[in-house]
Amino acid sequence: MTASDRPVEDGLDRAEDAPESRTARRMRMVDKYGVFAVVVLMMIVLTILAPDIFPTVQNLTNILRQIAMNALLALGLYIVIMTAGIDLSVGSIMALATMLLAMADTSGLIWPLALLVGPLIGIGCGLVNGFGVTVLRLPHPFIMTLGTLFTLRGVTNLVSNGRPVSGVSREVRFLGSGEIPVPFLGEFGSIPVSAVVLLVCYGGVGYFISKVSLGRHIVAVGGNPQAARVSGINVDRVLMITYALSGFFAGLAGLMLAGRTGAGFPNAGIGAELDAIAAVIIGGASFFGGRGTVYGVFAGVLVMGLLRNGLNLLDVSAFWQQTLIGMIVVGAVYVDVLRRKAGSNA
Amino acid sequence: MSDDSMGDARPTPLLEMRGITKRFGAVTALDHVDLLLYPGEVLGIVGDNGAGKSTLMKVLSGLHSASDGELHFDGRRVELHSPKDAQDIGIEMVYQDLSLAGNLPIHENIYLGREPGKKRIGFTIVDHKLSRKMAMEHLDRLHITVKSVDQKVEELSGGQQQAVAIARSTAFDARVVIMDEPTASLAIKEVGKVLDLIKRLRENGTSVILISHRMDDVFFVCDRIMALFHGRNFEESAIRETSRNEVIGWIMGTKGHTEALAHDRL
Repeated sequence: MTASDRPVEDGLDRAEDAPESRTARRMRMVDKYGVFAVVVLMMIVLTILAPDIFPTVQNLTNILRQIAMNALLALGLYIVIMTAGIDLSVGSIMALATMLLAMADTSGLIWPLALLVGPLIGIGCGLVNGFGVTVLRLPHPFIMTLGTLFTLRGVTNLVSNGRPVSGVSREVRFLGSGEIPVPFLGEFGSIPVSAVVLLVCYGGVGYFISKVSLGRHIVAVGGNPQAARVSGINVDRVLMITYALSGFFAGLAGLMLAGRTGAGFPNAGIGAELDAIAAVIIGGASFFGGRGTVYGVFAGVLVMGLLRNGLNLLDVSAFWQQTLIGMIVVGAVYVDVLRRKAGSNA
Repeated sequence: MSDDSMGDARPTPLLEMRGITKRFGAVTALDHVDLLLYPGEVLGIVGDNGAGKSTLMKVLSGLHSASDGELHFDGRRVELHSPKDAQDIGIEMVYQDLSLAGNLPIHENIYLGREPGKKRIGFTIVDHKLSRKMAMEHLDRLHITVKSVDQKVEELSGGQQQAVAIARSTAFDARVVIMDEPTASLAIKEVGKVLDLIKRLRENGTSVILISHRMDDVFFVCDRIMALFHGRNFEESAIRETSRNEVIGWIMGTKGHTEALAHDRL
């Protein structure tokens, strides 16, 4: 008699205790660690293909510099996507924040206040999005944030007359372009300040989502808004804060961008929201809400950063970057579909 | 009022709804409905689809606010504007769709919105360890067995999800638990466990309001039964003074129903 035909007293309990099917378990592993495996795999492949350039301190810290903007936008979108929402306006928010802070800084506002301009503009724009989603009750956040995508881009052009504003002060540029020298990393050894900003932001959001009640409520709203509502959670307040946070990180990304470029460009960040959404999805967050981790999102950002970096190093046309990123997005979501299917059969 | 003579002989009601009216635009879902609930009793509410059972319970749980009428709880007049108001005075509801967050583990669902932990500037730093421990003890008290309180709710069977929903409703000394069709979507094997759970709540002194279409459930656990018809009070009775066929007649809007007639109609 094999283990599987042993008599069972209670059919009810058997269904619960049945071991997970092999496919389900495999899918769960792919779902949990797949994106990290992809990151490691890409690094190995790039090390083999470009051994002289890729694994150098300078190149690796360069990747960190390049991903900073997308990483911050993706972090804000991660929170929104956790609630099963979407924020298409982050690229426009970033542009407006960059522009206004460049204008404020160049018109003589003292730098500690100029630093605040970007994030505050971001929070303000995020609250407008939240207002549309909760008070106006527009049918889907897609609509409201599509509206602000256009509107805020227009406002950016209006305030700047469509012209760049350059000459951002050194203090304001520090977060985006500062370097922390690290002697033991060699001649080009220094860690970008932006990487430290990312570390703090990702750590902060990770703690917030997993340990703070409001963070858990965001996850609950993404799982089942009705459950959150009847549990006494003010869902509209949660959503307001969610979009404000997304705006905040877009504004912070604007501050980083002003740091890197030293200027506000009215066309900065066009299409950046799509990169950020792609990173979140590649990182394993579910579009249906309630699923995803900050580690996954960061890995998703890295996948896109490594792809860009690698293809540049290997002198492959930029057109291939778009082609491949599109395919990776579809592949990543297909993994999610498979996981759900395996989960429901288990 | 036919039930006045009966009410006199009983202790003071824990809950009294008087003349509850609820309109949705031009539609009147509830028309001056009265309801009495005594401490430690299980009251069954029956009625056909659209009779107003669920609407009445949503008013009581604070999800809908009544257009008109009064609510007295424990001798005091109360006004409920949100589920939180109702929870604060000890009225909890288990919704028909259960309203659980499938992506969260059992223990987090039980304490959702009321997480244990340290308060810091308006937020709670959730103590997941304490939450797990409290959930395990609470489930033990209700004789609910689960593999682990860390299991995600979406991985549980219908009956187990129902048990988690009931556990959530009783996690904070509820005095009234409202259950909307708790057995409707369950496998037959799981129904008995849920009904036992309702009896266990009554033994602990909790009043239960049970909405059900299943006469077997109603006659197995309820002390008293009340029928709504077209958004109005239709009839009510102690369970031992009525019969299935009579109650089925009430649901269809007829009184003095005979067995033969009930058969014809069904």
